[in-house]
Amino acid sequence: MADGMKTDANVDITDVVCPMTFVKVKVALEDLNDGQVLGVHLNDGEPIQNVPRSLKDEGHKVLSVRKAADDTYDLIVQKNGLAQ
Amino acid sequence: MMAVDYKELKKGGFMRMKQKDCFSMRLKSVGGHFTAAQLATVEKVAEKFGKGYVHLTSRQGIEIPFIRLQDIPQVKEELHAGGVSVGVCGPRVRTITACQGAATCPSGLIDTVHLANEFDKRYGGRELPHKFKFGFTGCHNNCLKAEENDFGVKGGVEPRWSQDACTYCGVCEAVCPEKAITVKADENTVAIDRSRCVYCGKCIKSCPMDAWQGESGFVVSFGGLYGNRIAVGRHFLPIIFDEEKLYEVVDTTLKFFEEHAKPGERFGTCLDRVGWDLFIKEVEVVIHG
Repeated sequence: MADGMKTDANVDITDVVCPMTFVKVKVALEDLNDGQVLGVHLNDGEPIQNVPRSLKDEGHKVLSVRKAADDTYDLIVQKNGLAQ
Repeated sequence: MMAVDYKELKKGGFMRMKQKDCFSMRLKSVGGHFTAAQLATVEKVAEKFGKGYVHLTSRQGIEIPFIRLQDIPQVKEELHAGGVSVGVCGPRVRTITACQGAATCPSGLIDTVHLANEFDKRYGGRELPHKFKFGFTGCHNNCLKAEENDFGVKGGVEPRWSQDACTYCGVCEAVCPEKAITVKADENTVAIDRSRCVYCGKCIKSCPMDAWQGESGFVVSFGGLYGNRIAVGRHFLPIIFDEEKLYEVVDTTLKFFEEHAKPGERFGTCLDRVGWDLFIKEVEVVIHG
């Protein structure tokens, strides 16, 4: 996972398109406690342009972003991290 | 019976139909907002005087087809009583269009609904050499197609980065659709190539630390056409932050159009004929003093 950071769960949203991308992320976050971290694997383009904004809007904190060689991205997100 | 003044009827939003003495009645719309009560009035009139249907126009308006000439006074009265006004057509400022904008849209950067209503108050129906269209879109996604309009306004934001809050997570670099931002976490640097920035504000809206901030403003395009002739509205001004300044630009634009256009000549075509430079010089005086 990106930066070798330990995650509590991971979700791959490269197999869906907007708006299911964020729905999948939300469902994955549901299973975590506040402060735990989720790894999100997503595509370039619309997903990377929109998912981080939606996460911010809902109070989750992006800790890091890494671009992979195949033009996909890996986000590390802390559940409700912006409320802390 | 008196001769029918079709020009006068058209001015009042009555569009002549193929069918004898029938009109498609254009209703006033600002930014495509109608209340449920207004729609109930429209429904009543369409049932009673039309054929029980309406047409939604390309510019967020409503037309009620098959209104008969002799019913026009009564139709106007019933609409008026139900809070609905008749629209305009012909050589004047036309229906002002807008997306839903910053008041409700997560992407919105400017209050397009407020602007459309304010523009309607100031310029709605104003007589000009030819039709003139204003359109407002809240952000770079351009749902409302600003550049189709004679005068298009698009919401934008000029991003500023502050080092103190930044965690160098890299989200801004990732979300930037123009690849204008470069984050080097190992060197603790963030660089923005201003020449590539399109004022979309994605960096600001995504930054978890609010290290990116910025003031929203208006990105204006001129001379767009999307009818017989197709031309994309041109951008040549810097982003405008002051709403009053925007109105000064409009005033200068409409004055230029009145002074230079031939009757029946669209703004973009007028600019092509008399020279964009002449107009650009006048508008730049408004911006730079």
